[in-house]
Amino acid sequence: MELPIDDGFIAVVKRDCPTCGLVAPVLGAIAEHHSVIVYSQDDPTFPEQITPIDDRDLDVSFALDIDTVPTLIRIEAGAETRRLEGWFRPHWQAVTGIETLGDDLPELRPGCGSRTNDPEVVDARTVAAIAGHLASRTIEFGAHEDDHEAMFERGWTDGLPVVAPTPARVARMLAGTTRDPNDVVVLAPPDLVECSVEKIAINAVMAGCKPEYLPVVIAAVEAACTDAFNAHGILCTTWFSGPMIVVNGPMSRSIGMNSGVNVFGQGNRANATIGRALQLVIRNVGGGRPGEIDRAAFGWPGKYTFCFAEREHDSPWDPLHVTRGFAPDQNTVTLFAAGGLHPVVDQLSRDASQLANSFARCLRTVGHPKNVFIWDAFLAVGPEHARVFREAGWSKDRLRDELAARLQIDGREVIRGADDIAEGMPEGFAEHTLPKFRDGGLQIVHCGGEAGLFSAIIAGWASGAVGSEIVTKEIRP
Amino acid sequence: MTRIVLDPTGERHAATRARARRPANLAGTTIGLLDISKARGDVFLDRLEELLVAEGAAVLRFRKPTFTKPAPVDLRHEIASKCEVVIEALAD
Repeated sequence: MELPIDDGFIAVVKRDCPTCGLVAPVLGAIAEHHSVIVYSQDDPTFPEQITPIDDRDLDVSFALDIDTVPTLIRIEAGAETRRLEGWFRPHWQAVTGIETLGDDLPELRPGCGSRTNDPEVVDARTVAAIAGHLASRTIEFGAHEDDHEAMFERGWTDGLPVVAPTPARVARMLAGTTRDPNDVVVLAPPDLVECSVEKIAINAVMAGCKPEYLPVVIAAVEAACTDAFNAHGILCTTWFSGPMIVVNGPMSRSIGMNSGVNVFGQGNRANATIGRALQLVIRNVGGGRPGEIDRAAFGWPGKYTFCFAEREHDSPWDPLHVTRGFAPDQNTVTLFAAGGLHPVVDQLSRDASQLANSFARCLRTVGHPKNVFIWDAFLAVGPEHARVFREAGWSKDRLRDELAARLQIDGREVIRGADDIAEGMPEGFAEHTLPKFRDGGLQIVHCGGEAGLFSAIIAGWASGAVGSEIVTKEIRP
Repeated sequence: MTRIVLDPTGERHAATRARARRPANLAGTTIGLLDISKARGDVFLDRLEELLVAEGAAVLRFRKPTFTKPAPVDLRHEIASKCEVVIEALAD
């Protein structure tokens, strides 16, 4: 801002601050020797000793980046040369050159917080700064419309109620990222529409996200809309699939994600709303709606939302993102074309090899027991099962290799017609021994509650270049 | 009560385009048959090709790399430049 004086002092005060009341006579005394401009943050009649300038709108306080009141700023030759916060008599005397200044006051009194730090003020400024510059069309509901019904009727919801994306809510959401609202993040399938940070924020509001989740949602949208992940195909297929989001790194904990009890279930806001926000972006921005271009024969409840954090703190293994080449302190999302959840029970095996036998038997059924390297899968190992592998000293690589060895299948078992089942692989496969999963097609994560000798298989969709690759993206602020 | 909200959609407007002229009959036309790479789509298209050739049409065969993704732009362009009619088979 342009300073109102070339030489003298600027003071910023508020009546609500006892230290400001204490120094009010001092400001009058300084004015007898220097030019003094006083800005009052809460009461334009304070202080009485000198005529203040009304700064209740805090424009000057923000422009001067005031943190504490009182603040005394020394101006020389049109520039700030010194800044004092609170009252410390020797400093005020030195900067003003008035040796007896405030001699009757205590030597030291700390100041109070500037009103610019009040949460409601910060929020109002954020809203005002952003909300007026949003690019999206505004829609005004009719006087007799119910907001919830109006949003259902416009086709904006997944069937559950959504939060109305008012300009203020969207502005607060956008404060969760450093990215410009106008940045185009992806071309959202299936319509290949330019999808800006702002459009993601609107849908994140509707999903029920907090602003601190927004970077995770943006990263998930980025990952989903890669050619490798193929959100278009995942949406259009008659198969069950929808995007599963695994969040790794410290951020999963700082935003309060669930990696433990009921990890795939209801009840955690971050898990529930991040996954939902991605689906709302595909629906609303991309134009992908069930019964239209979404041709899923069944779908599954995970298509409302399917997002969870890996249980990293007591895992026997490197977390998923480290396995996939990221550093432990990086934050990532990993997306997988999830086609459903298959519970695995083994309450008796206390031996790693026996437990691997159980897992392999169950994994064999992914898609169909007679399908090989068509489907990818995630194996979510619960803490009680993971303990068996920790005690046996099995690394994640070891477990994967042991499973792969148990999932080498004689081609004669899987060809069409074998076992009196028409479904299966082409005749030529009979000559070979075949792996159930392609290289990299089986991923392992650690999650779930402490009690229960269970694990889970999340079945995939057409794997690899034919369909969908597993994609990991770093979450950026 | 909330009154003003921001549009969460892509705000697209559908483009209106005139349909291509329909051929009066198939004799002498070039027809593209696009196999989307789903199992047994070729069985259906083989039979179609027999019937169309019997009607006097020339048939060109095309194939998408994978049924899970839209046809690549180059393939769409090739079909559009070589054929007057295209039939796309979705089969299982």
